[in-house]
Amino acid sequence: MIKIKDLQARVEEKEILKGINLEIKPGEVHAIMGPNGSGKSTLSNVIAGREDYEVTGGSIDFEGEDLMDLDPEERAHKGIFLSFQYPVEIPGVTVSNFIKTAINESRKGRGEEPMEAREMLAKMREKTALLEMDKSYLSRSMNEGFSGGEKKRNEIFQMAMLEPKLAILDETDSGLDIDALRIVANGVNKLRSKDNAVLVITHYQRLLDYIEPDFVHVLYNGKIVKSGDKSLALELEEKGYDWIKAENA
Amino acid sequence: MSDEILDEITGSEYKYGFTTDIESDTVPPGLNEDVIRMISAKKNEPEWMLEWRLDAFRTWLEMTEPEWHNVTYEKPDFQAVSYYSAPKQKKTLDSLDEVDPELLRTFEKLGISLDEQKRLSGVAMDVVVDSVSVATTFKATLAEKGIIFCSMSEAIQEHPELVRKHLGTVVPKRDNFYAALNSAVFTDGSFCYIPKGVKCPMELSTYFRINEAGTGQFERTLLIADEGSYVSYLEGCTAPQRDENQLHAAVVELVAMDDAEIKYSTVQNWYPGDAQGKGGVFNFVTKRGICERNAKISWTQVETGSAVTWKYPSCILKGDNSIGEFYSVAVTNKYQQADTGTKMIHLGKNTKSTIISKGISAGHSHNSYRGLVRVGARAENARNFSQCDSLLMGDQCGAHTFPYIEAQHPTAQIEHEATTSKIGEDQLFYCNQRGIGTEEAIALIVNGYCKEVLNQLPMEFAVEAQKLLEVSLEGSVG
Repeated sequence: MIKIKDLQARVEEKEILKGINLEIKPGEVHAIMGPNGSGKSTLSNVIAGREDYEVTGGSIDFEGEDLMDLDPEERAHKGIFLSFQYPVEIPGVTVSNFIKTAINESRKGRGEEPMEAREMLAKMREKTALLEMDKSYLSRSMNEGFSGGEKKRNEIFQMAMLEPKLAILDETDSGLDIDALRIVANGVNKLRSKDNAVLVITHYQRLLDYIEPDFVHVLYNGKIVKSGDKSLALELEEKGYDWIKAENA
Repeated sequence: MSDEILDEITGSEYKYGFTTDIESDTVPPGLNEDVIRMISAKKNEPEWMLEWRLDAFRTWLEMTEPEWHNVTYEKPDFQAVSYYSAPKQKKTLDSLDEVDPELLRTFEKLGISLDEQKRLSGVAMDVVVDSVSVATTFKATLAEKGIIFCSMSEAIQEHPELVRKHLGTVVPKRDNFYAALNSAVFTDGSFCYIPKGVKCPMELSTYFRINEAGTGQFERTLLIADEGSYVSYLEGCTAPQRDENQLHAAVVELVAMDDAEIKYSTVQNWYPGDAQGKGGVFNFVTKRGICERNAKISWTQVETGSAVTWKYPSCILKGDNSIGEFYSVAVTNKYQQADTGTKMIHLGKNTKSTIISKGISAGHSHNSYRGLVRVGARAENARNFSQCDSLLMGDQCGAHTFPYIEAQHPTAQIEHEATTSKIGEDQLFYCNQRGIGTEEAIALIVNGYCKEVLNQLPMEFAVEAQKLLEVSLEGSVG
């Protein structure tokens, strides 16, 4: 689905990614772990196409297409979704209006007709129920006055509505209490299929108890320094990041 | 990146730029007592009306153009303006079929098909094209309730006692330079009277449109809501494109008697000038309402047009327990300048006022909010809440706030909140990531920002206003 080759990127002259190689196939769940400042969020922003990040080398291929030529919204239309670490407030724009616009703009981008109002409504009902959200969510302003947990749940709600091919969850577990974590993880798991993939970016292994990864990668100093299966996450938890730092000193 | 996009978006051309080719009956440019006599004679006005105009003219001669506002422009040459222009249609029209087809096409271009309006929305329209009413609809329905809704010229002929009693009582002739000018030369406008206890069954609506190149338009609107009555009035404007500046100096007077309520909504989209700031309408408007006991006046405005705007729809809260409201969205783009706001004058006891102002500045424009909240010496327990928000797009524009507060009673409660924000990169990226392109994202964010005001507009108008905001801020791209 996505092939990242020797990806290098910088922010304001500072080299952050120094040659990332990663391939994710349909149906797989990958986790990227790493200490603060290792480049985790940069990687997710670069895949989503944020302009502040300058790609200086390498390539990202998404379903046979070079992503570098595409605007962020075009990448979204192709099925890339980023769950933000810090979701943005948009005062006066309701959750339902926002998601309706997002879905129909994505459809337009793919040359499809807008979704029927009835279908939209039914889908919103289904997905709010999945994430154990009260219906009143839909008429609230986007993320305005939301608690940390509500914001993250709203991200996963949007993911459920948009049904992306590749979902990148950037520190989705931060700011969640254990109940919210379970609900969010449960939502993500229900959306997993053989056709889509998930990239979980996290600092702690806690989330991986709920969303079980097929592969775990350790990002350190802009490079993937270790890859393995689920047991790698547990090993990291036990030994801490100093173990990685010592090995790569 | 967003600078480029904003440039592109804010550089969009005025979509309603066209001139209708109708023969007009226009007086030569210039202003003196003879011109005023001619206007009055052309309109077959009674002697008292002529005297009223002449008195206003003499007052105007002694006044000077105001300079305190935060706008700069080349002052109009009042002797170069033609003060009367009427489409050459002498006979009175009974139905739309009799209207010049060219005129009807103009309305169609604006998306204002009278037939559609009549059939679909149940809105009675008194259409003013260059000063003379050409079509008045739904009169019969209104007449049944005793409601008078007609052109000002007609009201002077048919209801002189009402006009004479109220004209100039809210905005006196000598109120300000432009009000005096308007009083001297106004050619037409709308008149509305709602009898005691009557709830007007439909939204009353007037579309104004400047049509004759080089003519200023001086409308005069007088709306009287008698005791316990209710009316919602809509006013919308677009103007065709032209090169020289056009003067537009209207006066609107609202009278809300005991227990009456008036909702007055405006969408203003006069020609703002081109991308270099050339041309465009000068919009110097005086709008004011007076509230008697328990009465309420709500002003709602969406202002996107004009090169220079100078406008402060105000409420005099004379009666005890009366309420004044002002909801405003003002968008400036390119080289537009707006100095707009409201005055809430609390005279009665327990009077309340609310001010919600949303300014949006883009391009090289300047957008000022100017508001006065005055609590008089006898206005016990007066309360005001003001919220003035400014949204900036790009880094070439300006937003300014000039709130004035004068409280002469110790029980006054006055709250003022103000914010200034920019559409952020992270907001745009967030929308982009969800598949929403930057133009649509800006429209979405702006509409969200203005929601409190747009919510005040009647449904069909809100949709139109939303479209207008998008047109004003987006490009024709897409």
